[in-house]
Amino acid sequence: MLGPSGSGKSTFLNIIGGLDQPTSGEIFFKGKNLADFTNHELTYYRREHIGFVFQSYNLVPSLTALENVALVTEISPNPIDPFEALKIVGLEDRANHFPSQMSGGEQQRVAIARALAKRPEVLLCDEPTGALDSETGIIVLEALLKVNKEFGTTTVIITHNAAIAELAHRVIHFADGMIQQIHINKTQKTPQEIDW
Amino acid sequence: MKSVLNQKLLRELLAIKGQVMAITLVMAAGIAIFVIMFGVLDSLKLTRDTYYDRYQFADVFASLKRAPEAVNDRINEISGVSVSQTRVVFDVTLQMETLLEPITGKIISLPDKSSALLNKLYLRKGRMLFPNEENAVLANESFVKAHQLSLGDSLTIIINGFRRTVHIVGVVLSPEYVYSIAPGALMPDSQHFGVFWMSHHSLEAAVNMKGAFNDVSIKLERKVKPDDVLIQVDSILKPYGGLISFTKEDQISNFFVSNELKQLQSLGSLAPIIFLSVSAFLLNIVMSRQIATQREQIGMLKAIGYSNSEVSFHYLKMVLVITTLGAMIGLSLGAWMGKGMIQMYTQFFHFPILNYNFSIKVMVLSVFLCVFSAVLGTLFAVNKAAKLPPAEAMRPESPAVFKKSLLERIGIYQYLSFTSRIVLRQIERRPIKALMSSIGVAFALGILIFSFFMEDSMDYLMYVQYSMTQREDVDISFARSIPSKSLEEIKVIPGVLMVEPIRRVPVYFKHGHLKKRGSITGLIADPKLKRVIDKDLHAVTISSHGIVLNKTLANILKLKVGDIVEVEVLEEKRQTLNIPVSAITQEFIGLGAFMNIYKLNTILDSAPKITGASLLIDPYYSAQFYKKLKAIPAIISVNITSVMRKLFEDIMADNILKMVATNIMFACFISFGIIYNTARITISERSRELASLRVLGLTRAEVAYILFGELTLITLFSLPIGILLGYGMSVGMVQSMNSELYRLPVYLKNSTYGYSVLIILLSAMISFYVVWRQVDSIDLVSAQKGVE
Repeated sequence: MLGPSGSGKSTFLNIIGGLDQPTSGEIFFKGKNLADFTNHELTYYRREHIGFVFQSYNLVPSLTALENVALVTEISPNPIDPFEALKIVGLEDRANHFPSQMSGGEQQRVAIARALAKRPEVLLCDEPTGALDSETGIIVLEALLKVNKEFGTTTVIITHNAAIAELAHRVIHFADGMIQQIHINKTQKTPQEIDW
Repeated sequence: MKSVLNQKLLRELLAIKGQVMAITLVMAAGIAIFVIMFGVLDSLKLTRDTYYDRYQFADVFASLKRAPEAVNDRINEISGVSVSQTRVVFDVTLQMETLLEPITGKIISLPDKSSALLNKLYLRKGRMLFPNEENAVLANESFVKAHQLSLGDSLTIIINGFRRTVHIVGVVLSPEYVYSIAPGALMPDSQHFGVFWMSHHSLEAAVNMKGAFNDVSIKLERKVKPDDVLIQVDSILKPYGGLISFTKEDQISNFFVSNELKQLQSLGSLAPIIFLSVSAFLLNIVMSRQIATQREQIGMLKAIGYSNSEVSFHYLKMVLVITTLGAMIGLSLGAWMGKGMIQMYTQFFHFPILNYNFSIKVMVLSVFLCVFSAVLGTLFAVNKAAKLPPAEAMRPESPAVFKKSLLERIGIYQYLSFTSRIVLRQIERRPIKALMSSIGVAFALGILIFSFFMEDSMDYLMYVQYSMTQREDVDISFARSIPSKSLEEIKVIPGVLMVEPIRRVPVYFKHGHLKKRGSITGLIADPKLKRVIDKDLHAVTISSHGIVLNKTLANILKLKVGDIVEVEVLEEKRQTLNIPVSAITQEFIGLGAFMNIYKLNTILDSAPKITGASLLIDPYYSAQFYKKLKAIPAIISVNITSVMRKLFEDIMADNILKMVATNIMFACFISFGIIYNTARITISERSRELASLRVLGLTRAEVAYILFGELTLITLFSLPIGILLGYGMSVGMVQSMNSELYRLPVYLKNSTYGYSVLIILLSAMISFYVVWRQVDSIDLVSAQKGVE
């Protein structure tokens, strides 16, 4: 999802992720209207179906990488092993490090491992590379693409960076709170190929 | 199950261990004081009740001049009377070689044919008396201890004017003398007052009371109201010179014990309740602010699928860990100190056994109060964070709405540095938070002042009592009223500089349906020694018109100046008089009623008589003086002001001040705990902002100025509130401690305010220092990167 600041991308993401309720309108997930969900139902919707990756990582500083992932696997019905999840993002040797001992890219990959560990149907990422330099950004994006390919998880990524859009199957352009255009990429570039 | 969350909990608790300790301390202080005081109170009550019950403490007492034994059958026949036992009781004086001053005491007969049915004795050492045993006595334990006597030692007792040498065969305790106090005295003085028991046969011979009695104790049947019995007893005994009978509530030892317990209840419940509520309040604030700093994490936990209740439970566990720790420390500290405190009471209250009982009820209540309030504070904060949509909670709080502070708006702008402006705007932006912190510190100051208050008040009471009221050196009383002219004999004793007569008459005051047993003290119009003073500390002239009452007695009888009080005289001709109230004074001790002695003699229609005298003596002659005094058999009580004062000061130093010191210690814990926590939380709430300022190039001193500027303003603002709170608590304490025995004056020294404020400022400085070291460790780089 592309668009300038204030165009409504994050609001949209928060609403489809069950973090926020729309003031009007409907959102359907597997035939159910999220707008009618109670708080409790939204909690279970997030717990069972949605994975989040935030721009600012939002790891618990007092927990190690492995434990931050376990935070999710403990409450998920069908999780993958936290250590396996770290392997997928290539951080198995950082499992026992605390967030303060890791770089931004590593922290973000822990956040991705945390999100994918529950085997979510939808992975929502709000500017996952926003705070990262291009090199670490590439590693993070590769991790996301790997999850998309291996698990078939629908992944929604918000970005400012039009180049990142070239990785996507489908690009949605936002402006002034509206969808301006939906554009389908016939071929996708790899993170290595894009021009930051 | 939630092992990772528990891991998080544990690590976070360790990270804030300083704060955890401070909170724990505050809570432990509240609980400890609560447990100490209520534990002591419960133990004393339980011990008293068990003792009275097992040793058959009588319900009704009466004394009289002399009646034949047969009269007792009539008392036994009164409906509602279960047992009535007669005896002979006499006031005695003793001469101990170790003491200059004479000693007074009581001697009581014990039945020979059977053991006593009522007011049984507990044998501590030696043996009971054999039937009809001559020249042997049992002595009360406190007297034996005070004089370091042992079994077999002999004493010279002057009974009814005759000297008798007796020896001690047993050391005993009596439920009638739990608080062993001489008639007319205010404090137990075991050195100068003793109680002795002698075989009835032996004593009645000594005092010429064969086949007669002058004292009766009655046990009522269960659930019988004493009122009717009292009336019938009085009517039976009246012809035999009976004084008005009274219930155990007015029995002198029990009256003092009850009063002490009542006062302990006030002191012991008000102080802990204040401490506990203050700590509960602080726990609430501290926990809610602690949780508030976790707002972003709460948002994240919710975003990844944790439910509100799971998040709340997680933080509740944090509180439960802290409160459990606090409760454990508080309870063990309380139990340990309670044991020490109860020891103190064994000096005053002579019970066979006095153990400290740790009541489960007290324990549960105190812990519950603290936990409840901490949990409330936590839930409030968690709910506030959990109510936000997770997306919003995760974002750093949006820049708050700031405006120019009041000081700037009124134009002092140009005088304020920009760091000062940050401080002022911060406080103005969140006035409620600043106010809550101020109130917390104010409470800490309040309980400090309140803790010091007891000492101030006692000091003032002593000053008024011994420098303004009781200015005599010695106060003597006679066994019965004697002609006024005896005063001349006392005047000529060597060393006597001044003598003033006193006549005390036991009476029954009545006003409408209200009545009160007491006595009228007859004094000369303008006494120089024993004076009556008003609330401005001016001496009151005892005019020959009417009666002067103290406020407490006047309040009991609902009398005001000009009202007529009905007075039933309990001796000689037993007149009923109607006397106008001429003045009401503010006395701190007892239930005083004063009349001009000449007028009193006139209306009693008797020859001029005295029952005692106040003396001023020349210390140079005191040896001769006391020697002469010992030889006057009519004297039954000698109160030496300096001895009483010393006694009072010792009690103060040993006990009340110990209690005060305990309170002060806990108050210091609490004040440090709250200030330290406020500082710590402020820094954790604002670490990012402060780090940014450091990055922008502010020096550590400038950053510290911003941080401590806010805390200093909060502390300064709390001072006047705290002073008011402290004063208010002291007034509350005085009002709840008022008793017939004594009233505490509301009096606070300026130094009390000074010390309390100093302790608060010191706590603040130490906290600042600890937090200051934290400012150093703010991580400039990571603070800039993002939320984590």
